Amino acid sequence: MPSPKRIGKIKFGLLSPKEIRTMSVRKIIWADTYDDDGFPYPQGLMDLALGVIDPGLRCKTCDQKAADCPGHFGHIELAKPVIHVGYTRLIRKLLRVTCRACGRLLLSPDEIKKVSITAEDELGGDVLTEKDIKKERSCPHCGEQQLKVNFEKPTTFSEVLLEDGKKNEHKLTPADIRARLERIPDSDLKLLGINPDVARPEWTILTVLPVPPVTMRPSIILENGQRSEDDLTHKLVDIIRINQRFKENQDAGAPQLIIEDLWELLQYHVTTYLDNEVAGCPPARHRSGRPLKTLSQRLKGKDGRFRGSLSGKRVNFSARTVISPNPNLSVTEVGIPLSIAIEMTVPVRVTAYNLEEMREFVLRGPERKSLKVPCGANYVIRPDNRRLRLGGDNLETIAEQIEPGYTVERQLRDGDIVLFNRQPSLHRMSIMAHRIKVMDGKTFRLNPAVCPPYNADFDGDEMNLHVPQTEEARAEAAILVAVQENILSPRFGGPIIGGIHDHISGIFMLTHDLRWFTKSEILYLLKYFEFEHLPEPGKVEEDGTPMWSNKQVFSMILPDGLNMVFRASSCINCDECKYTDCERDAFVRVIDGQLETGTIDKKSIGAFDGAILNRIIRQCGMDRASQFIDDMTRLSIRGIMIDGFSFGIDDEDLSKTEYGQIEDELSKAKDDVDRRIRIFQEGQLEPMPGRTPEETLEMQIMQVLGKARDRTGEIAGRHLGLGNSAVLMAVSGARGSMLNLTQMAGCIGQQSVRGERIMRGYEERTLPHYKRGDRGADAHGFILHSYKSGLSPTEFFFHAIGGREGLVDTAVRTSQSGYLQRRLINALQDLKVAYDGTVRTTMGRIIQFKYGEDGTDPMKGSFGDPVDVKGLVESVLKEEV
Amino acid sequence: MSIRINVLDHVMVPDHQAMSEEEVQALLARYSITFDQLPKVFHDDPGVRQVNGKVGDVVRIIRQSHTAGIAEAYRLVVRRPKK
Ligand SMILES: [Mg+2]
Ligand SMILES: [Zn+2]
Ligand SMILES: [Zn+2]
Ligand SMILES: [Zn+2]
Repeated sequence: MPSPKRIGKIKFGLLSPKEIRTMSVRKIIWADTYDDDGFPYPQGLMDLALGVIDPGLRCKTCDQKAADCPGHFGHIELAKPVIHVGYTRLIRKLLRVTCRACGRLLLSPDEIKKVSITAEDELGGDVLTEKDIKKERSCPHCGEQQLKVNFEKPTTFSEVLLEDGKKNEHKLTPADIRARLERIPDSDLKLLGINPDVARPEWTILTVLPVPPVTMRPSIILENGQRSEDDLTHKLVDIIRINQRFKENQDAGAPQLIIEDLWELLQYHVTTYLDNEVAGCPPARHRSGRPLKTLSQRLKGKDGRFRGSLSGKRVNFSARTVISPNPNLSVTEVGIPLSIAIEMTVPVRVTAYNLEEMREFVLRGPERKSLKVPCGANYVIRPDNRRLRLGGDNLETIAEQIEPGYTVERQLRDGDIVLFNRQPSLHRMSIMAHRIKVMDGKTFRLNPAVCPPYNADFDGDEMNLHVPQTEEARAEAAILVAVQENILSPRFGGPIIGGIHDHISGIFMLTHDLRWFTKSEILYLLKYFEFEHLPEPGKVEEDGTPMWSNKQVFSMILPDGLNMVFRASSCINCDECKYTDCERDAFVRVIDGQLETGTIDKKSIGAFDGAILNRIIRQCGMDRASQFIDDMTRLSIRGIMIDGFSFGIDDEDLSKTEYGQIEDELSKAKDDVDRRIRIFQEGQLEPMPGRTPEETLEMQIMQVLGKARDRTGEIAGRHLGLGNSAVLMAVSGARGSMLNLTQMAGCIGQQSVRGERIMRGYEERTLPHYKRGDRGADAHGFILHSYKSGLSPTEFFFHAIGGREGLVDTAVRTSQSGYLQRRLINALQDLKVAYDGTVRTTMGRIIQFKYGEDGTDPMKGSFGDPVDVKGLVESVLKEEV
Repeated sequence: MSIRINVLDHVMVPDHQAMSEEEVQALLARYSITFDQLPKVFHDDPGVRQVNGKVGDVVRIIRQSHTAGIAEAYRLVVRRPKK
């Protein structure tokens, strides 16, 4: 193998016709590819000199076989020059800044000096622009009057002639343009940022076309034995055919009109050959109607050569499947199907110390019938790097053979560390290291508490898994990437892993108010929690049965010495806080690891909040914190299972009284709206400062209706207490809000587009169901029904309008933020923090003099502050400050 | 006539100071970097113009930081490219 070479420099320029002819090995004149025997035509598009793709044939240029021949360029002599679409903007600029007669820049030496003062550095690209030259002046060198040059996409240039006051467009042929570009002197090109040594402007008009080697446009043979040519070959066939016809007509002295048509056709084919997605040019299509994938399409876009092939990353030792939840796994674990564990391997070097173990792996071989069977091995690598596939009858022989120096590729087993990932990988927590647990089934299993960092749910999401293959990779995974090292998010300096949904409902139901459990109940709750002794019972019943409180149960999973005082999510911020006597039990007080008062909910253990979790991390470290998450999720799941938890359609039912009240409230609001509309129509409405009367009325109506909706929610809320599952979820912060409940049981309320009532539709009305100019509530999207009671047809229509806006917003936001993310990552990906604390590029250029200007890890701060002073003081004083 | 205001007086504009030759040499030595490895600022930046920074000068920018107290940055004045 040849040794890798270092690239000295890369030069960019245009290919000159001379260069194209020099690098060409064959002039191509025939549009045909293969003859009837399937042999390439000489001087056809598949000429053997352009390289070979069929095995067995030899290249006529380099005499190598298909595998070794790199392919060689040929060329087509064009009957007349055509414009290269990629350079139309440059051509336009050059035509506009140079003289149509002498080709010189349309500036006098003095003017040049004035415009380009900064020509000090050679690289200074766009030194002169079109704007620097005044329109339609005469040449300062030869005095020629200049004409306006029009450009029409994709490749048409014309000059505007003024003939007796009339504008007359005169088309420029590529040959005319080429002649003009040829006249531009080298010295003037330098001022335009063009290096004439490598890019003479007339080379942007093609007179000879390179034919790419067959190796980059191989033909494939279909099942039915037919040959199918590459899109590029198809396009080249078109070009050669037209070129041929053009030449024949030219030689026969055809009329100018026909020549012009053919010239345009040739231009079209060359244009689409280079880029089949040019504006103002119908794309060339395959017989089937599919647009052809020509040169530019091979490079552009997500699946193009750059983003798709060159910077595309593909890896081995990876697996992908659907995910599903398993609350009994630790957050640091991931359950993988047996079939994946069998397929994927970890290389282990054989030493004198593990020789026997390795022999056992090899003896077990690649088969593994059930979870209980220990792992086997799939491959053995000999010291000479020969790879032996295990299986069949060779197990014993190879097991005998292995000795220190061999490598055994062992199957995955419980405890192996792997990287787990879900796209789109937007932050570092999108890839975390888990420990494997081999399981039944065909899905990856994970604890629902790690869903927030991955942003995963179980509606069919798939995730990827990667197995590190070296000791260094495993060490990095365990020390830096492990789940417990990523509980805190550098995004806001708080825990991003924590209880969700049922964890929060469960822990809320368990810890709310005071409840007493018997010994068997408390043991049921703590079944998966390891402990040595139960605490002293909180009270003893008259009959002598010892009882433990719900707060005692929760305290068992808390670390000792934990002190915290805060308000739970269920706190409604009363004007006067009753602290520990709060009737909602929302004042949480933890002293010495004992929960004294308060309900545990989203604020304490939820993902993104997790006050208790956060304190445990700071006080006891990451490992204790992940232990706490495991204990908490298991306890809360058992907690929710004591009572059971469900939600059904009749949970949205209210009593007759409430329905009456809601109806009253809504009709009162409607009357109020009508009254205000009357005032407005009588011209009595006092406009608000800076608003028109119409705007004022709109704002008043929105306000009245908004208030009415909220009022119905309050009425519904009065009827539905914590016994209602939806209320419990909203209060504890597990899922949903009181607004959702209001809309289900009370009234859905105003639908809006861009924050305003729905106004669009027909002339002066939204729908033909209403009178023109009706400003009433129902005519502009107010829905007075609830989801439970069902919507009227007009209400349903307005709801669809409001709902669509939300969908469009999300669709637009994701695509925009995706592009922003790509640009940020491309700009930042190679920056690193140097040992002196500076942030630098790979070339040592300084980006920040101190990482983040303060040199601190955002993960280690506290919700934006460097130190959580208040929490620390409270922890010491054991009371609120 | 436009009123010349001192942009540095604005609360949201950090303090700018032109650095002396010796200070710049010390700075380059401290971070063991060459001149062109410094971050850049354009010559017509209002803050730079206020302290009379010329192309090739280094400007010290002193920011108030929520977490670090005071954060200093140094920028090499360069000519703004055309367009
Ligand atoms: Mg999903
Ligand atoms: Zn060859
Ligand atoms: Zn001239
Ligand atoms: Zn309270």
